[in-house]
Amino acid sequence: MIGIVNYGAGNIFSLTSALERLNIQYGMINQESDFDLYEKIIIPGVGHAGTAMQKLTESGLVPAIKALKKPVLGICVGMQLITSYSEEGNSDLLDIIPVKTLRFKEEVSHKVPHMGWNQIYPENDSPIFSKIAPGTYFYFVHSYFIEFNPKFTAATCNYGIKFSAGIQKDNFYAVQFHPEKSGEAGEQLLKNFANL
Amino acid sequence: MLSKRIIPCLDVKDGRTVKGVNFVDLRDAGDPVELAWQYSQQGADELVFLDIAATHEKRKTTLDMVKAVARQVNIPFTIGGGISELKDAEALLNAGADKISINSAAVRRPELINELANAFGVQFVVVAVDTKHLPHGDFVHLNGGRIPTEIQTQHWIKEAESRGAGEILLTSMDKDGTKSGFDYILLKEINDRVTIPVIASGGAGNEQDFIDVFQKSDVDAALAASVFHYGEILIPELKALLKQNNIAVRI
Repeated sequence: MIGIVNYGAGNIFSLTSALERLNIQYGMINQESDFDLYEKIIIPGVGHAGTAMQKLTESGLVPAIKALKKPVLGICVGMQLITSYSEEGNSDLLDIIPVKTLRFKEEVSHKVPHMGWNQIYPENDSPIFSKIAPGTYFYFVHSYFIEFNPKFTAATCNYGIKFSAGIQKDNFYAVQFHPEKSGEAGEQLLKNFANL
Repeated sequence: MLSKRIIPCLDVKDGRTVKGVNFVDLRDAGDPVELAWQYSQQGADELVFLDIAATHEKRKTTLDMVKAVARQVNIPFTIGGGISELKDAEALLNAGADKISINSAAVRRPELINELANAFGVQFVVVAVDTKHLPHGDFVHLNGGRIPTEIQTQHWIKEAESRGAGEILLTSMDKDGTKSGFDYILLKEINDRVTIPVIASGGAGNEQDFIDVFQKSDVDAALAASVFHYGEILIPELKALLKQNNIAVRI
């Protein structure tokens, strides 16, 4: 069963709907003791990374998240939280995976937000990208991106610059796109995580 | 590569889709959930629902529809119509809408764009603009093109962008319903001026119109209603053709 960290950063109805369509059981994590109820953890998030980090800190769940040995999946801003730092609000984040979150440079040829379907290329044989072919399209909506890192990048995407569509370090996984909105490919990724 | 998006637009009233829809294998052409699901299976990249009779009294019906769509459909969708306050938008977000589209309310009170962007992020805020050519320029029109304003379309779009619009849905009222192709000239002019995505709307009649709109104006997405609903253009064939013409599409 998957536990979703419920810290008030955005709407999770689409995520829970996707899990229901896939018959993946889930529940909400509101306090530290709830982590024991689930085998896997999802950290969702939309909006401002700094604000999301503040809410997560206020929830009191940060030490427990950092200590997790179970598989964890960060989605979108939930992914950015797992990194060290974001240029958005000049914010220090969880620092679980030592990479930075930077802002896309606005250009007419590369509009910001990076919004729509873009291709990803799995790297480093990360199991959450199992059965997902290089060049598969996923749905992205974001203005900040996680830098490419040869060690921690689990999938790349190109948008003027090569960035991390997915990252992994040990039991911590994270994706920048929205698997719950990415058609069958997104469903495959959620299944991969559920089956870890 | 970021793909160009194909977006069917569905008009809804009282939680039901209106206008003729002519899919052979559809059990209930008025059911927005079934239609949305069909379109997602055909390869639509995104959907737009326009609530054409949105009122406060009927808000709950719309929210129920949004929830039903969010439960069943695995692609993003936008809801437009009757959104004039933060709480309207928040209810739609919580019901599972990915984006909301605002039009007349933003023209009447432009601060609404700032408020929505600050509260929910720019990615949530689509500003829809209905425009018409007049002898002295392009001007924003309200209420489905019926009410002209003195606001120049180009100026309004730049203002909307600076206030926090995450995307522009530009409908040419001169082209809408004519099936004579999109307004490539205005779309290119707008697209070259902004650094947020632009959705082209109004005028789609055949597959070539979609090739042209992407090649001539380089917009991010193209929206159409009747050509898809009546099956005059099938999305899988359209996307195959776009790909043959070296336009990046998700297949």
